[in-house]
Amino acid sequence: MGRTVAAMSGGVDSSVAAALLARAARADDEVIGVWMRLHQDNGEGYEQSRSCCSPDAADDARRVAQIAGIPFFILNLEREFGARVIDAFADGYLDGATPNPCQACNQYIKFDELLRRGLAAYGADAVATGHYARVEDRDGRRVLLRAADADKDQTYFLWVLDQEQLRHTRFPLGELTKPHVRQIATELGLPTAAKPESQEICFVPAGDYRTLLEERRGYAGEPGPIVDADGTRVGTHTGYAHYTVGQRHGLGVALGEAVYVREVRPASNTVVIGRRDEVSSSAFTVDGRRFVAGEPPAERFTASVRIRHRAPDVPAEVTLIGEDRFAVETATPVWAPAPGQAAVLYDGDVCLGGGRIARSPA
Amino acid sequence: MSVYLDHAATTPLRPEVLDAMQPYLTEHFGNPSSIHGTGRQARLGLDEARETVARILGAKPREIVFTSGGTEADNLAVKGAAWAASSDGRRVVTSSVEHKAVMHSCAVLERFGFEVTYLPVDRYGRVDPASVASAIRDHTTVVSVMYANNEVGTIQLIREIGAVCRQRKVLFHVDAVQAAGFLPLDVDTLQADLLSLGAHKLYGPKGVGALFVRQGTALLTQLSGGSQERQRRAGTENVAGIVGFAKALELAQDDLVARENENARLAGLRDQLIAGCTALPGVTLTGHPTERLPNNASFLVDGVEGGDLVAALDLEGIAASTGSACTTGSAEPSHVLLAMGHEPEQAHGSLRLTPGRSTTEEDVRRTIEVMGVVLERMRAGRSEQAEVASA
Repeated sequence: MGRTVAAMSGGVDSSVAAALLARAARADDEVIGVWMRLHQDNGEGYEQSRSCCSPDAADDARRVAQIAGIPFFILNLEREFGARVIDAFADGYLDGATPNPCQACNQYIKFDELLRRGLAAYGADAVATGHYARVEDRDGRRVLLRAADADKDQTYFLWVLDQEQLRHTRFPLGELTKPHVRQIATELGLPTAAKPESQEICFVPAGDYRTLLEERRGYAGEPGPIVDADGTRVGTHTGYAHYTVGQRHGLGVALGEAVYVREVRPASNTVVIGRRDEVSSSAFTVDGRRFVAGEPPAERFTASVRIRHRAPDVPAEVTLIGEDRFAVETATPVWAPAPGQAAVLYDGDVCLGGGRIARSPA
Repeated sequence: MSVYLDHAATTPLRPEVLDAMQPYLTEHFGNPSSIHGTGRQARLGLDEARETVARILGAKPREIVFTSGGTEADNLAVKGAAWAASSDGRRVVTSSVEHKAVMHSCAVLERFGFEVTYLPVDRYGRVDPASVASAIRDHTTVVSVMYANNEVGTIQLIREIGAVCRQRKVLFHVDAVQAAGFLPLDVDTLQADLLSLGAHKLYGPKGVGALFVRQGTALLTQLSGGSQERQRRAGTENVAGIVGFAKALELAQDDLVARENENARLAGLRDQLIAGCTALPGVTLTGHPTERLPNNASFLVDGVEGGDLVAALDLEGIAASTGSACTTGSAEPSHVLLAMGHEPEQAHGSLRLTPGRSTTEEDVRRTIEVMGVVLERMRAGRSEQAEVASA
């Protein structure tokens, strides 16, 4: 195993991942716990914060490392996280898209910056995280597989990893279920055993990203029209970037039936709404494509596609377009494909790769 | 085999110190303020310790106030003296490279309307005594300058600064926490009115230190309560710690020949570290080339994070430091290096190696060797990174 960097957030999953690695370590193996400082805690707020970057989280991670008997370091990645994740998140909204910060964090922070710094500074050969996913070696290639616990599977955020990254990645929780992980944490006496699940985006503590848009990008929001499919104005919004495709609440529009955001148009500061069936779609385009294997299975192939974390997979026909894109046609309509969100392709349990849903050519 | 090169952070207890403390942790457990025999026994230890410390500083026993350490001594000196003199003026002068115990004490004073001047330093971290003279104006009451810097080891021209303060009739506080054990501490030679010491930097226990307060110097107590320490610092005395502190100070300072021999030995190790490390690509010395503590070798390492380098050295069995306590991964570069004119980007790559009594030439050789290997690995990682970025 050699030297492995265990990324520890202070949550129960990464705690158990680190502890299991430490327990499995043989004589020459070494596990190093690392907590990443990713963003500033905003003063008074952090006492209540359940997100992964409060000092409390660092304390928890340190205690777990002590119990696991491994060295523990803090790595400051504020600059990198600020640019590649937080600013990209804000820019996504300003672009009328729905950003995917957890995926960006995996792509640029955990499996890039941390991996490279772990390899270079600590002389490690792998990074381990508490993600629910599996990696297997098949015919000399690394294959990314869904977690044994289908309910917790996190491959939706990991499809961006390439062969080189997967060669240096370990997911100690891939075969475990969440209840089992909590049980292990309790048995090992880890202080994080009963910690609640963090659901929110770690740098948007109250779930309100509007403040962040204003602070990071000076976007206060300018009121503009809410229109229906025919272009008829049916209401007023507070600023296009405050809305995301599929959103139902906060529209202030009463049309006698449920309506949802169908499209966000930054150029004209317009939010387009539609009925449920108008927001669903069975054809969309994806750009920024990547395949875990390094190359697509074929020019045209069938796969199941997932367009949001924990959404059901839908069988689909995939056709490559040019060097960077592919078209998806789903067997049944999918709910609100949101530009910016990932469309991830699977063949059974194997995660093939994916891309970002592109704005529909309107 | 691990190598400990972080003696500026803290030192191990000397066996003689532990022996001296032992009875006061067990049979002589009394409260020195008690009337009975058990109390008197503790009082004896306390009084003797105070005499020892006073003798080493060339001071009177009544001029020694025991504290919980260097930080408390600095707080008591800066805040205590500034407040006590506040009817005469509310101006304080200090340097821009002080320890945070002084820096943050000054910041608190500023919040209460005091005006604080932070004197600039040259590229070696030195304060010009002439700048002290020009910074002292009407209503300046206290000047606080450290004896030697904890991060880069630079020794200040304390006597000269002391002379300026004496001539201008302002109180002079010297933070001698990092210098003690290496440099002479005679308070009259230094012309200091207040002088801070901490035990754990000189092979004594943690949690104990002292402030020298020249007789006649008014001080507003920062810890209110009983009448211990002549009402300048309340709280039952940490007798065992104080006894250990006095023993450690005695062992470090009393035998001048022994001290100079150990200083010379440490300076030899320091110079080997400096020569070996600066021979590696991208490593430069920080602090004064000659006027520095005999055990301080501090560097800027180009293109690496100091924290990463210290972690990497730790994994190879070498305990080093970035120079300032940075355990929370703070993104702020050292205020000392910035004050010395280093760019924030460079200042992130700080490294401090501080040998001590147990350090051998073999330790130094091994450290230089490991530094070479680790730096090469880290730089190789960086160029890979650059390739990826340009791809």
